[in-house]
Amino acid sequence: MTIFSDPTFFLLVTLAKVAVILFVLLTAIAYITWLERKVVAHIQSRWGPYRVGPHGLLQPMADGIKFLFKEDIMPLEADRLIYLLAPFLAFTLAFLSFAVVPFGGSFQIGSRTIFLQVTNLDVGLLFIFAVTSLGVYSIALAGWSSNSKYPLFGGLRSSAQMISYELSLGLAVIGVIMFSGTLNLRDMVMAQQGTWHLHGTDTYIPHWNIFVQPIGFLVYFTAAIAETNRVPFDLPEGETELVAGFHTEYSSLKFAMFFMSEYANMITVSCIATLLFFGGWSGPGLGMTAPGALALLSIFWFAAKVFLFLFFYIWMRGTLPRFRYDQLMSFGWKVLLPVGFLNILVTGFILTWWTSS
Amino acid sequence: MPILFYIFGALVILAALGVVLQRTPVYSALSLIVVLCALAVEYLLLGAEFIAVIQVIVYAGAIMVLFVLVIMLLNARREVPSSRSRMAGWLGAPLLAAFLFEMLYAVWDYLPAESANWPAARPAGPAPIGHLLFQNYVLPFEVTSVLVLVAVLGAVVLAKKEL
Repeated sequence: MTIFSDPTFFLLVTLAKVAVILFVLLTAIAYITWLERKVVAHIQSRWGPYRVGPHGLLQPMADGIKFLFKEDIMPLEADRLIYLLAPFLAFTLAFLSFAVVPFGGSFQIGSRTIFLQVTNLDVGLLFIFAVTSLGVYSIALAGWSSNSKYPLFGGLRSSAQMISYELSLGLAVIGVIMFSGTLNLRDMVMAQQGTWHLHGTDTYIPHWNIFVQPIGFLVYFTAAIAETNRVPFDLPEGETELVAGFHTEYSSLKFAMFFMSEYANMITVSCIATLLFFGGWSGPGLGMTAPGALALLSIFWFAAKVFLFLFFYIWMRGTLPRFRYDQLMSFGWKVLLPVGFLNILVTGFILTWWTSS
Repeated sequence: MPILFYIFGALVILAALGVVLQRTPVYSALSLIVVLCALAVEYLLLGAEFIAVIQVIVYAGAIMVLFVLVIMLLNARREVPSSRSRMAGWLGAPLLAAFLFEMLYAVWDYLPAESANWPAARPAGPAPIGHLLFQNYVLPFEVTSVLVLVAVLGAVVLAKKEL
């Protein structure tokens, strides 16, 4: 493999990775909307989409075409620049986090090792947090720039909610960081390979962080659902009170961008949950020798775990009612946050005891 | 690398001017966010990944959200310029010039002889910074946290009167 020089090769491979990830993500988003409608329908004893294609499988295409051809309406008194900026910001930030997500092991082309990840940042986890912490602007600005009262309420609610739950989100993962001693997502997954050994005997329980950080995981996932504005924390777009919340005044493709970024954020959150607590791409069969099959298998395990989380999201939407606003705030500040702090404290004690004995 | 550095440096300056010159508060706040993010890119280009990311999380992602939230709550629209004070007109420009001169002088003095040298990347990951904070600078660190605690208590006391 001496056709390309190293930098050119690196650039080409990175571009290929970005293209593949974008394609897979957009397809995944389209089919999560289908899955959501199907699953919620079956929970409620309905059929869900059935007309377009077998079992409604072409419904996402039909929805996409519909969004494209809808009239694009902008409120007269809207702040034009920010009104246009908000959906683009939401979309870009939602996809940016995937730049550091490792979705599989590695394989070889000639003498070069290719990691299944766009960039392997040393502070990968913090990078994702930085990107998601900027995500609140898209919602707040969309609500403000529409110059309409329900979107404004929706924007204000979501900013308050996202700031409150971001704290718990950050605290929840500190336990995992303490255990693995790194912020590099790839290293975190590598530390979770294999099984737990207790006093020298193999327990056959996977070496995943969920078994040492169950409380951290619960706090993380609860806060993450609130961060993505999903049921039961979907107050920013509570239909019964706020029409559709921050995106009430958005139509056509701009609405579609908000819609897609919400689903992209769900995927991000599920990816982090998988990476931090469920061993990333580790799973049975990874001891095989064929390197190509190994890479495929690792992608399969990763995708399967992420899918389970996405299914859980939809399942909850079909099951739980929405929080009241004051309940939401008191739950975030008075329950989730103290539990997150306690988790760190206990983890610290355990780690100190563990390393000293 | 230096080309990107200069591009983002120019972006920082332009956005910083935007913060001061914009008449709509939300635009000023957004310009400030651009300043902070572009500064983070500069840190990144200098090899300080951790500082760059923390800059975005803390300043752009937390503090500025509160700014924007307050501006939205007050629903502040275009600013109306107040009647300019005479003293500001007389003293403003000379004071600004003096300040600029002083800053330039200080920076010039600080620069090494070969200013064209690209600074060699030093390891600035979370671990070395953590060691510095909790070993060499543990007293300032703790004092700062007490200061923050005092500020939080003060805010609670002030808010309590209104409740």
